[in-house]
Amino acid sequence: MQATISVRRFNPDEEAPKSYDQEYQVEVDENFTVLDTLIKVREEMDGSLALRCSCRASICGSCAMRVNGHAVLACKARLSKHVSEGGTVRIEPMGNQPVIKDLIVDMNPFWDKIRAVEPYMQPSLPEPEAEYLAPNDVMLQLVDVMGCIMCGACVSDCTVLEIDKNFLGPAALAKAYRFVADTRDIEDDKRLKMYNAYGGMWDCTRCGECVTVCPKSVAPMDRIMALREKAIEAKIPTGSYDGAGYGYRHSIVFEELVSHSGRLNETKLVVKTLGIFNLPKLIALIPIAMNAAFRRKIPPLLHPAIPGVGQVRRIASRINAIKKEAAK
Amino acid sequence: MYSHDVLVLGAGLAGMRAALEASKSGANVAMLSKVYPVRSHSNAAQGGINAALTDRGDDWHEHAYDTVKGSDFLGDQDAIEIMCQEAGQELINLEHMGVIFNRDEEGHLGTRAFGGQRKARTFFVADITGQAILHVMFEQILKYNVRVYDEWYATTLIMDNGRCGGIVAMEMRTGDIQAIRAKATILATGGSGRVFEPSTNALICSGDGMALAYRAGAPLMDMEMVQYHPTTLKGSGVLLTEGARGEGAYLINSKGERFMEKYAPNMMELASRDVVSRAETLEIAEGNDIDGCVLLDCRHLGTAKIMERLSYIHEISLDLAGVDITKDPVPIRPGVHYQMGGIKTDIDGRCWDPSGAWKGVEGLFAAGETACVSVHGGNRLGANSLLDTVIFGRRSAIGAMDYASQNSYLNFSENEWVNGEKAKLQGFLDNDASGDLVAKLRMDMAVAMDKGLGVYRTEEGMQEALQAVQGVRERFKKVVVQDKGKVFNTNLIFALELGCMLDCAETIAIGGIERKESRGAHSRTDYDTRDDENWMKHILLRQGDGGEVTKEYMPIVVTQWQPEERKY
Repeated sequence: MQATISVRRFNPDEEAPKSYDQEYQVEVDENFTVLDTLIKVREEMDGSLALRCSCRASICGSCAMRVNGHAVLACKARLSKHVSEGGTVRIEPMGNQPVIKDLIVDMNPFWDKIRAVEPYMQPSLPEPEAEYLAPNDVMLQLVDVMGCIMCGACVSDCTVLEIDKNFLGPAALAKAYRFVADTRDIEDDKRLKMYNAYGGMWDCTRCGECVTVCPKSVAPMDRIMALREKAIEAKIPTGSYDGAGYGYRHSIVFEELVSHSGRLNETKLVVKTLGIFNLPKLIALIPIAMNAAFRRKIPPLLHPAIPGVGQVRRIASRINAIKKEAAK
Repeated sequence: MYSHDVLVLGAGLAGMRAALEASKSGANVAMLSKVYPVRSHSNAAQGGINAALTDRGDDWHEHAYDTVKGSDFLGDQDAIEIMCQEAGQELINLEHMGVIFNRDEEGHLGTRAFGGQRKARTFFVADITGQAILHVMFEQILKYNVRVYDEWYATTLIMDNGRCGGIVAMEMRTGDIQAIRAKATILATGGSGRVFEPSTNALICSGDGMALAYRAGAPLMDMEMVQYHPTTLKGSGVLLTEGARGEGAYLINSKGERFMEKYAPNMMELASRDVVSRAETLEIAEGNDIDGCVLLDCRHLGTAKIMERLSYIHEISLDLAGVDITKDPVPIRPGVHYQMGGIKTDIDGRCWDPSGAWKGVEGLFAAGETACVSVHGGNRLGANSLLDTVIFGRRSAIGAMDYASQNSYLNFSENEWVNGEKAKLQGFLDNDASGDLVAKLRMDMAVAMDKGLGVYRTEEGMQEALQAVQGVRERFKKVVVQDKGKVFNTNLIFALELGCMLDCAETIAIGGIERKESRGAHSRTDYDTRDDENWMKHILLRQGDGGEVTKEYMPIVVTQWQPEERKY
């Protein structure tokens, strides 16, 4: 069958390089992947088309790119599936990463963030003569996250990275989770404090894009949430070191306020999370508050408890009782 | 000029293991790779890694015997003994680095059965063992802060008077050509599977290291020994792990028979790979096929086991062939998978013999699929390739550090070497548009190789393939590179890779024509038996001064296992 693809091109060798879309009409088989199609273009029609690819079997992680606006692994995405979405298939480089040429992006920032999470096992020393013992179910759970091929699809479509380049991002945090969840690694406390910092686990907005686009079912957002749970369990303190995040306090105060009045008092949430005596941080928020007020996004000043708040409180105390029981 | 004591080309498992060893010893080491390290093809190893652990009631002698027998007695037994003896410790090293191996109930490492072996001694991570080890090895590279030249492509070894003094390479991001000097250079550049079409190998497996060493004067050994894997997916030709059969999957023909009964009544589906691939080829030739394929049947393993231990092949069968292996058998056929031959090395990775018994390239080392030690001989056992990479990756690093400590940098003119390579590359860009495109030439070569050097071979077929390859080599002089730019000129890289593939293809065909017997993966219908009297020897091919191929022989090292009839 005939397929029409439109590829976003960019040639840095030109004097004033500009990106543009180029259409190709390609004869394809019904089973063709997006990658098969691009390889055919590159090999038979236009040798100047640049992309990374290698294994053709979704294991090397080279060929992540955007198809019809969403990140995919080109060797895993069947072309026909994307054609049916309407005529021309739009192929672009990954997002959130600077383009070098055509579909090739600069992945150095990606690797820098992987490096930043201390991505290597830190077990108890000295090493035993034989293997470290580890329960098989723990190892099996890690297979899914170890299945990450570092293709960058999650980073491409991360909505936080779009506005905050400082965020470690889904791939690095999923990698981080692998060590916290590995019973052989003994540096959980150090790690959780490190990932608790600005740009870490609390900066995810839980949009879920990374889970949707991940070609290997790593579910990075779920790993980030698991890290948060671990940080809360470990009562990772805030403010005890430079750059500490407020995620843990935020979650505690959130629970406290909701169990008290049955709804969220957002003004109180901010003040109590940061701490009432944390003047520098509170002052720093004034411009944001004024900006919000200017756009009429001020939370109500009065927060009466909702009707039937007693039931909410009963649920809260029940949950706490269960938690206490589980902790024993 | 960049300078290193030890420079490692390639960043798959062999390369990273070598760089890690050198880095831990404090050497000035760097790795250079045409792809990011975790993109390397070691990823594609699915089933596992072999080791005979004494505390599991196993014995390395048995592993060594299985390997020798698997090699059809072409492997060098001194090297095989070293590999099998060191396997246990290296496996534990990998676990200590953080590999999440499958465990038994007590939390110890667990095993699965694999082909050609009488004991279950294959340690694994689901069916992504290669990926799981490769990524952990990369973690260690980051931990030890090893310098990596990411996405650089080596175009030649720098040579003077039989010694290698480094390389010239292109930084792909800028297109700049630079010399990098090194006291010792380790080639860990992987296999040459793209010489054939179809192939399980990644697009990057173009035999670059073999060609660089060959052009520099190092001999290539037993190149005719190309492994056909019995279970490659219909259509795309990607690999479906032997681990499936290790877990109990069946091979069936169009009549629903488990045909391995006829060919290997004891080991059945778990006979060694050459045996199973031949059986499938015969079944297909006899008409017991379904559209050129036989079937791999996993259904009786049950969904739970498949999703725990074979989830990756479940994924790719569904993605690439539309078959759900929990519900239907999947069509498969033998496909080119692994190069047993390669750059001749000794047990420490040296590509020359210090005592002068054979001539090679001084200061050059090789490890992994690009090398031929030879531990795989005529046929590699499944799960011995990952083992080979880590054992000989480590050993070559020790050898290279030793050499670097006793030798200084080679003196050479940086400009002369860099300008020479620039001119060579410009030559490709200057070709007019009248010639053939790179991909067309590769396909012509690869299809001819598949036809003439398949599972079964004949003199006539191999001669035809050789002529076809030589014809492509002529046309290659006028190859058309459409991309004239500097930044990421993947078109030009592809042309350079094809040049390497042509050297590999030619030596594979010549080696095949030369070996007048059937041994391991080299099965000839015109010489259909093993001939121990005349062919208990390796074939070494070397590039002569005029570009012609010269042949030499070396005896096989036999320590304790005399050749015997091979039955499974």
